[in-house]
Amino acid sequence: MIPSAFDYVRADSVDAAIAALVEHGDDAKLLAGGHSLLPLMKLRLATPAVLVDIGRLAELSYVRDAGDHVAIGGLTRHHDLETSGLLGAEAPLLRHAAGQVGDPQVRHRGTIGGSLAHGDPASDLPAVLLALRATLAVTGPGGVREVPVDDFFQGFLETALEPTELLTEIRIPKAAGAGWSFQKFNRRAQDWAIVGVALVRNGTTGVGLVNMGSVPLRAGGVEAALAGGASDADAAALAAEGTEPSADLNASAEFRRHLARVLSVGPSPKPQADP
Amino acid sequence: MDISISITVNGAVHQDDVEPRTLLVHHLRDGVGLTGTNVGCDTSSCGACTVLLDGESVKSCTVLAVQADGGAVTTIEGLADGDTMHPVQAAFQEHHGLQCGYCTPGMVLAAVSLLREQPNPSEADVREGLEGNLCRCTGYHNIVKAVLAVAGGAS
Repeated sequence: MIPSAFDYVRADSVDAAIAALVEHGDDAKLLAGGHSLLPLMKLRLATPAVLVDIGRLAELSYVRDAGDHVAIGGLTRHHDLETSGLLGAEAPLLRHAAGQVGDPQVRHRGTIGGSLAHGDPASDLPAVLLALRATLAVTGPGGVREVPVDDFFQGFLETALEPTELLTEIRIPKAAGAGWSFQKFNRRAQDWAIVGVALVRNGTTGVGLVNMGSVPLRAGGVEAALAGGASDADAAALAAEGTEPSADLNASAEFRRHLARVLSVGPSPKPQADP
Repeated sequence: MDISISITVNGAVHQDDVEPRTLLVHHLRDGVGLTGTNVGCDTSSCGACTVLLDGESVKSCTVLAVQADGGAVTTIEGLADGDTMHPVQAAFQEHHGLQCGYCTPGMVLAAVSLLREQPNPSEADVREGLEGNLCRCTGYHNIVKAVLAVAGGAS
């Protein structure tokens, strides 16, 4: 399978990438690691006229201590997340979940920014960032704006990114010592999750759902119940509230609701080591 | 419009003009002429097309040739030292880590990349580390044995 023809622009800076997006508008797509976009292009479900390659912007690949949060460059690869000592200390849920994305080859190329910008409800990291209450820094022609992760996913494969914007940084509030879990159910090792649940509990509680609707979802009912002192089991029973999961050959909607409830029985509140 | 690229493949520099949509696997097979890298599922699932790009395993059906411009690629043809097989190749032979052989080039390169990152993996590490490669003869058991046999030795 070969993508349809496109023009190729290699950006050597964030400014150059944005200038290319301004020039080409809706006809252009950003290419980071390419592990969400290229499969779509090979199936001709995406046929951009111009690809703006930002894959060489090394200045957007980092995991940094930024005081009250960890700052992650948009082009940081999953492999660099799963091997980050800083993430292991301050956001072990993200480090662990990044190591569950796809397979090693995919993690050598795929980036956190690319995964988020793709906005696939079946991807792991969007739910993880919901649970961690991340903030996304988006850069466009007018400068940088911050988008809370709850406002970022707007529809199936649709995000708050404007056609001329680039997701430059992901900001994760530090959560050292928090209890957490990330559980996904699938039939084969490398498959997308049929359902997954990312859960954090420390001062605040965060629960994100993978593949339980057309967008990555927050399980607000579970969060409220846990915050109100409900037992884990009583809280988890609320995991499918307000969701409209799809049915496909892997699972009926009712089975997905069942999985969400089962996978939402999280960790004990005490700190947990990165396995 | 064709783009001029330069990729070091198995130590030799190859300069070519390619369409931007050319996938790395097709460039390696049809442009460079190295057909050891197989196309399997063509959907980044099976791993048959695995090569090393700057030392790390990638699925070359999901990388554009222009993305590898300036980089170094190792294919199965580049692993042996003359007539001496790479230790992973030798271990696959010794432990019968292949049946039909179609997945083998990708499996070997995935194993080489795994052992660079984890020189002393457990059996579970090997099985997880090779999860991106499918063997439809289901010869996994001997593949894992072969990789474990190399672990700790020179690779």
